Amino acid sequence: MAHIKLPEGIPGIRSLAMYRPETGQYIFELVQILLRGESSISEAERELIAAYVSSRNNCNYCMKSHAAAARFLFGDKQHWVNEVLTDIDQSTVPQKLKALLHIAGKVQILGKEVKEEDIMRARSVGANDREIHDTVLIAASFSMFNRYADGLASWTPTDPGHYEETGRRLSQKGYVFPQPVN
Amino acid sequence: MAYIQLDENLPGLLSLLEYRHDTAKPIRELTQFLLRGPSSLSEGERELIAALVSYKNQCKFCTASHTALADLFLGEPFTAAEMKHNLKTVLIDEKLRALLQIAALVQQNGQNVTNEAIEKAKAEGATDIEIHDTVLIASLFSMCNRYVDGLNTFTPSQPAFYREMAEKLATTGYA
Repeated sequence: MAHIKLPEGIPGIRSLAMYRPETGQYIFELVQILLRGESSISEAERELIAAYVSSRNNCNYCMKSHAAAARFLFGDKQHWVNEVLTDIDQSTVPQKLKALLHIAGKVQILGKEVKEEDIMRARSVGANDREIHDTVLIAASFSMFNRYADGLASWTPTDPGHYEETGRRLSQKGYVFPQPVN
Repeated sequence: MAYIQLDENLPGLLSLLEYRHDTAKPIRELTQFLLRGPSSLSEGERELIAALVSYKNQCKFCTASHTALADLFLGEPFTAAEMKHNLKTVLIDEKLRALLQIAALVQQNGQNVTNEAIEKAKAEGATDIEIHDTVLIASLFSMCNRYVDGLNTFTPSQPAFYREMAEKLATTGYA
């Protein structure tokens, strides 16, 4: 049961956005720009950063939703998602993505855990300022979304089919503010 | 030195908001609504939540900024200083203490917020909206603290800098 009275049958952050649209509108705007806006990091890679941070925060709803979106967007490379969520060091993702995920993992612990050598490593495999910035901000934003979804004990569906559908919707339509159900 | 090329004349979050404007907009507007928008929690109380979370996340820039703002809105510097070390005993009303305790749990991880912590806040008169906003403010600062420190932004060391910024922010707001 959620800690406050939320709309029923609506999962995770979607129920929170509907409960308080005054704040929900900005949250959807931010996540849409971060994960779908112009960037040299692909949408699939950004979804994987989101899933990786959510996994480390044990936020099941966010992890399963963004992992599903990443699988849809990666297509024939979708095995990368499970690899990263299981053991990032053994994963076969490209070196630049691995270095960015490593920075995201540090941000998940705490901002000050990101060290000069983490940044140098990412630069040495081709990451630029903007990619490093966006990685840190995506990881920081999911440190917010995960706490928001779990801190109010919003509903986490258990049916795997739910996340399959969510992944498809997110990969096709992006982050659209949920309309109230009448 | 910051990890990426930022405006050297701007400190902390301000340098990041200037670096990328499209992401800055919803961050500014969300912060403005949560900390300055209509609420049954006072601006001073909401700044205390921001200061406590920033302190626990060891983010010096955000802690100094929001402590200065809390001091300004509350009209005294004792509550913010005492709260960081003795949340259980600091002289504040019990509803605020219960909400700050929820914020401290959110800072650790969302799942750490217990039914007991929520029940305590409700028993002291906290409404659903107040609990919601407390959790979201604590979550928002879990983001801002990581953003500011994760890119190693410039943190001024003079207390006067934060007092002056607080006076400006108290008037202009965040948006």
